[in-house]
This record gives sequence, structure tokens and C-alpha cells, in this order.
Amino acid sequence: MLEVSNLATEFHTPDGVVHAVNGIDFELRQGEFLGVVGESGSGKSVTMMSLLRLIPMPPGKIVSGSAMFDGNDLLEMDTSDLRKVRGGQIGFIFQDPMTSLNPVLTVGKQIGESLKLHTNATTRDARRRSLELLELVGIPDAEQRLKAYPHELSGGMRQRVMIAIALACSPKVIIADEPTTALDVTIQAQIIEIVRDLRAKLGTAVVWITHDLGVVAGLADRVIVMYGGRIVEEARVGDLYAQPHHPYTRGLLNSIPRLDQKGTDLETIEGQPPSLRKPPVGCSFAPRCQYAFDRCLTDTPQLTAVGFEHRAACWWDIENERPRDDV
Amino acid sequence: MTSESVSEETAEGAEPASSVDTADRADREVLVSVRGLKKHFPIMKGVFRRQVGAVRAVDGVSFDIYKGETLGLVGESGSGKSTTGKVILQLEQATEGTATFDGIELTETTGESLRKLRPRMQMIFQDPHSSLNPRMTVASIIAEPLREHGKGNAESQRKRIDELLSQVGLSPMHANRYPHEFSGGQRQRIGIARAIALNPDFVVCDEPIAALDVSIQAQVVNLLEELQDELGLTYLFISHDLSMVRHIADRVAVMYLGHIVELADVDALYDDPQHPYTQALNSAVPVPDPVVEAGRQRQILEGDIPSPSNPPPGCVFNTRCPLAEERCRTEVPEWRDIGDGHYVACHLVDHKTT
Ligand SMILES: Nc1ncnc2c1ncn2[C@@H]1O[C@H](COP(=O)(O)OP(=O)(O)OP(=O)(O)O)[C@@H](O)[C@H]1O
Ligand SMILES: Nc1ncnc2c1ncn2[C@@H]1O[C@H](COP(=O)(O)OP(=O)(O)OP(=O)(O)O)[C@@H](O)[C@H]1O
Ligand code: SF4
Ligand code: SF4
Ligand SMILES: [Mg+2]
Ligand SMILES: [Mg+2]
Repeated sequence: MLEVSNLATEFHTPDGVVHAVNGIDFELRQGEFLGVVGESGSGKSVTMMSLLRLIPMPPGKIVSGSAMFDGNDLLEMDTSDLRKVRGGQIGFIFQDPMTSLNPVLTVGKQIGESLKLHTNATTRDARRRSLELLELVGIPDAEQRLKAYPHELSGGMRQRVMIAIALACSPKVIIADEPTTALDVTIQAQIIEIVRDLRAKLGTAVVWITHDLGVVAGLADRVIVMYGGRIVEEARVGDLYAQPHHPYTRGLLNSIPRLDQKGTDLETIEGQPPSLRKPPVGCSFAPRCQYAFDRCLTDTPQLTAVGFEHRAACWWDIENERPRDDV
Repeated sequence: MTSESVSEETAEGAEPASSVDTADRADREVLVSVRGLKKHFPIMKGVFRRQVGAVRAVDGVSFDIYKGETLGLVGESGSGKSTTGKVILQLEQATEGTATFDGIELTETTGESLRKLRPRMQMIFQDPHSSLNPRMTVASIIAEPLREHGKGNAESQRKRIDELLSQVGLSPMHANRYPHEFSGGQRQRIGIARAIALNPDFVVCDEPIAALDVSIQAQVVNLLEELQDELGLTYLFISHDLSMVRHIADRVAVMYLGHIVELADVDALYDDPQHPYTQALNSAVPVPDPVVEAGRQRQILEGDIPSPSNPPPGCVFNTRCPLAEERCRTEVPEWRDIGDGHYVACHLVDHKTT
């Protein structure tokens, strides 16, 4: 349904070029839940914002790639068509709802605006539908809340309003960028439950960006792991956790404690995430990788099949403990 | 003071702990002891700045911290964790209640005597970006506490800085650089070096890893654990990351709206939580394992956390508690030991059944 190939985005800043996204390929299937995990700065947000051309240009620049959605390339489409796709067929939810909600408009007005922009709903239809949507995302006293301004709502309530707006035009895809990171854990659990429920009801495809490997474990069908502006591994959720192939994924999973297990030792990934200021040469994980060998420093590993629907970008065959055959 | 005297004071009718445990617990030396501690921030209004109310950030908490242990303090945003840490260290003045350190009553200690105690109690902050002065070199940041408390001359301070830098995994070559030249994890190491410079006994770690990348969190936590072993440190480890607290803590206290609602040994708290809030909190934390997640019973709490300026009467949790009954809305549940040093404040929890 959505197919991204060779997407690369740079930022041209006074201090030099930031190579934020360096050639990304992935697809999103009908109705699936795709988790995107990676550390701060790995390029998760820039990837998704680039798709909808939401990055500031300049300094941002999409240097290559295509993003086919329903037969059209989002990166080539003219702006008026793209505007219809945004918020229409593709809904967006951001980490901080305060930055995307308009502080001077009531909740009802904001949902209504979006409905009127993308459908030819009348004011009355829009009102009725807004009410339905608020009820759908579990907001109590929906009637009252339509008249509320964003600052009168708690963080969890605001995020629900964002979800309601994203759902307003029955999109085929929702892209959620760290939608629960700023929320308390019991409120996060409420939002996750709503999303789970809505997926079952509406069958919308979801891209969920997070750095929390726990959240993704319980929600996703497939997972993409990003590092240094690239996808380093992609697999069905069960396979990724049971049999991670990329040394970074493996290290990450071994470095996080679990609520359901007694104090086990935490493994560490030494060193720090890569600087994106230099054009990447070789594998960007090499300085931190215990398996690195000569080739890793010069050749950039591409995503390669390592199992059923499972791809990793690594020169080392971790299963057989030897360099991967030439690919 | 031991945990037994806590039960005498605050937990009428609590069952005596088993004899083995009593001996074990009596052996442990209490380093920090907090009783009935409150911190209310006044809310002022109008031209005459009249007080119109108060934020009850901490509203009567009692607990001990044993020498050499890590006490985890968990709870959601605004529950009063940081304020509790700051009041213990006298960075905020208590509204009511007491906090003692090594037998010294802190709430009555001021001026020079407090200054003399300071080196023994330190704090590590959440944000390694804002807690370090950007215009000072790493060496002068770490040397600051040494100079302030007149520890050694320039030469011995220099040596101590190098020693501290290697202790936290940085190179002495880094001494003359500025904070912005370091990553978040490295900056947190600098903050840790400064905190241990004066050989403290007690360190309040306030969300020390919250601002760090996942792959860096383990580095810092392992460092804190190593330093604890090496230097015999006692930690109050404040965090909203329940999984990390399970990893690092010996005992854990759970805070909600200014109250500690449960405190127990780490395994008891996670494997056999008694308070309905602790149970809900545990069930809300995702586990990084799709197999476990698929089979999990989820208990979703309704509603939001009430405002600490207007907490509900009775049990503070009653507006969201799935088990709340009539008396929960009027009577404050007693904080008591239900056996084995497991403390709970809930009307429905009796003695430990096991
Ligand atoms: N407007 C901008 N100007 C310059 N650099 C930018 C800009 N926006 C993003 N970047 C850089 O692009 C890189 C990727 O950023 P991105 O926001 O995609 O990371 P992320 O994976 O979403 O991280 P986080 O988890 O912190 O949200 C980072 O190095 C970031 O500093
Ligand atoms: N100096 C202050 N003046 C007024 N209110 C304050 C002050 N410091 C804290 N508070 C309030 O006291 C309550 C408890 O705050 P505290 O910072 O202790 O919570 P916390 O548990 O550490 O939360 P977080 O997880 O967000 O750090 C909050 O409602 C907070 O707004
Ligand atoms: S390509 Fe080389 S450096 Fe990169 S992850 Fe694989 S083994 Fe490590
Ligand atoms: S005292 Fe009542 S409201 Fe409070 S936790 Fe226990 S059952 Fe729930
Ligand atoms: Mg982001
Ligand atoms: Mg705090």
C-alpha cells in the first residue's frame, strides 16, 4: 500500500550537512501495524516527515527516493494533491499534542475543520461525527469536551483528541510519532488499549515510532530497527525478539531490563551513536560492534534476507559465526 | 532505628515478622529515616500575594533507607518523588515531619552544621545538560565541591580529578574540555564524578538515566552499581522506569499523589504487589517480549491523576481504584507493615497470606 525506496534526506546547516536519512526501503501493508524503533537521532521522525514532505525545506532536502502510495509518488505529487492525502488518507499523530493542536480553537472546531477540509461534511454532520470520534477514543463527557480548549485537557486527553483528529477522515494509514512517550505509564496503557481496540474495529494500518521496545512488542506485526539514518533490521515481531540478527538489535535487547525478571546483568553497547555530519562510509555501527572486521569499515551493508520476512544489514553472519557470503 | 521501631510507631496490629527475617532486618543499619514528612508549596494569588491554597507535593511519608542499599522510589509524574529527595537533602525545607541522617536530625540542622554534613549527602540530576555549568571545564566542575569544602591543595585536587574521571570511565585527558563537547551519557558521568568527589555516604539519584538513549542507560546504571560496591554508597534511586528499578533496587517505594502507598523488598513488590495502584502500575509496563505481551492480563486504570492541590479525601487513590468502597472516600488508610517489612496503605489489604 505504501512503498518507500531509497529515501535519503539531508539537512544543510551552517555547520555542515547532516546526513539524517541515508537510503531507506520499506513497505507498509494493508491494515498492518509496523513498529519503528531506534535511538534518538536515528532518523525515525525525519523518515516519516519526509514521506509527507513535512520537513522544513530548507534546510532539509530530500536527495533521493520515492514513496508510492496507492499508485502515486508522494514525493512527486503536486502540493494540493499532497495536502489532501495528509490528514485525509494518511493521518499523523505527534509526540507532543500541544504543538499540533491549535491553542485558540476548541476541540470540536479542530476536529470539524479537518472533516470539512477532507470530506464535504456539513457543519451538522461534522458535529455529530466529532462527537462519535471523541466517544470512540474513550473521552468521557464528549459533549462537554467539544467546547474545551486544548490547555484545559490533561496530556492523555489531548493525545486522545489527536487520535480522534487523525481518525476523522477514516484514513488508510496512521503515522504515530512517539505518541505515548510524554505520557505517564498508566495513561500510556489507556492510549495503547484504545489503539488496539481501534485497529480491530477499523483495520487502519499504523506506523508507530518509538524508542520503547516494550511498547512495540505488544502492538506490532512487524518491526523496523533504525540506526544512523538507516534500517539495520526488519522482521516480524516474534522473530525480531526471539532471533535478532543485527548486532545492534541484539545488543539493544540485552541492555534493557525486564519488569518480569529478577536482576539479570545488563549488557552494554560501548561507545555512542554515530555523528551524522560525515557521509557514512561502511557500517555506521562498526565503532561499537564486537563483530566488526575490515569489510565493515569500507563497504556499506545492505538489507539482506536472513530468514522468512526477515532482513538485516550486516556483513557478519551471526548464526554461523562467519562473514556473510557475498551478496 | 530499625524497621521494628517503625512498626511500633506507625503500624498498630501489624503481624510480627518471621524470626529469621527479624534477625536479618535488625542487623541492617538505618542511614536515613523519614517520618511523617510533608512538603506543601503555597499557591499565591492577587496583588497582595495572599495564599489561596497549597500543592501537597509530599503529604506525610515515612520510610527508612538502610546503609549500603538502593531504595527505589517510583511513581508517575508529579507524585512527589523529586520533592521527597530534595527535602531529605534539605534543598527544600520540610513543612512538617522529620528526616534523620546517620542519627542527626536534618530538619533542625542549619548553617555551618548543615554545611559540614553536605559532603556526605549528594544528588545526581536527571538532565545532564542543564545541571552542568556550560562555561566551566570538566576539571573545574568536579573541583568545585573539593574547593568549597577545602579538600586539599591545587596539586592534590588535580590528582583527585584524574582519579574521579577514570573512576567514572572518562579519560583524564577530558579534564580541560567543556560540557558541550560531551554526549549525554558522558555528561551524566561528569555529574556522577562531581557527586562522589567528597566521598559521600548517601546519594539521591533523581532520574539519572531518563534523558539518555536506551543503549547508554545500561552503561550509566552499571557504573552506579560498580561505584556502590566500591565505595559502599547508599542510594535513593528515583525513577519512573519500573523495569530499571527492578534491576537496580533492593527495596522499592511506590508514590502516588504525595503519599507512599506501598514499600517492599524488590521481588515482593513486583511478584506479589498488594496495593491496587502498584498492581495497575505493574500491569501497565510493557515487557519487551512479544510472547509475554500476547498472554498478559491487562488492568487499565480509568481517569487521570487528580491535582495535588486538591487531593481527594480518604484514600488518595480512590478516584481511580477499581476496588474502592465507601470508607475509601472518607477514611485515610493506615500505613502499616503487613509482614516481612512489606508496607501498604490500603483498607482492603490485611496481613500477608503467604
Ligand atoms: N531541521 C533540522 N535541521 C538540522 N538537522 C535536523 C533537523 N531535523 C532533524 N535533524 C537531524 O536529523 C537527524 C535525525 O533526526 P530525527 O528527528 O529523525 O531522529 P529520531 O530518530 O526521530 O530521534 P528522536 O527519537 O530523538 O525523535 C538528527 O541528527 C537530527 O539532529
Ligand atoms: N517549587 C515548587 N513550587 C510549586 N510547586 C512545586 C514545586 N516543586 C514541585 N511542585 C509540585 O509538586 C508536585 C510534585 O512534584 P515533584 O517534582 O516532586 O514530582 P515528581 O514525582 O518528581 O515528578 P516527575 O516524575 O515529573 O519528576 C507537582 O505537582 C509539582 O508541580
Ligand atoms: S556490518 Fe560489521 S560492523 Fe556492522 S553490524 Fe555487521 S559486523 Fe558489525
Ligand atoms: S484504600 Fe480503598 S481506594 Fe485506596 S487503594 Fe485500598 S481499596 Fe483502593
Ligand atoms: Mg523523533
Ligand atoms: Mg521528578
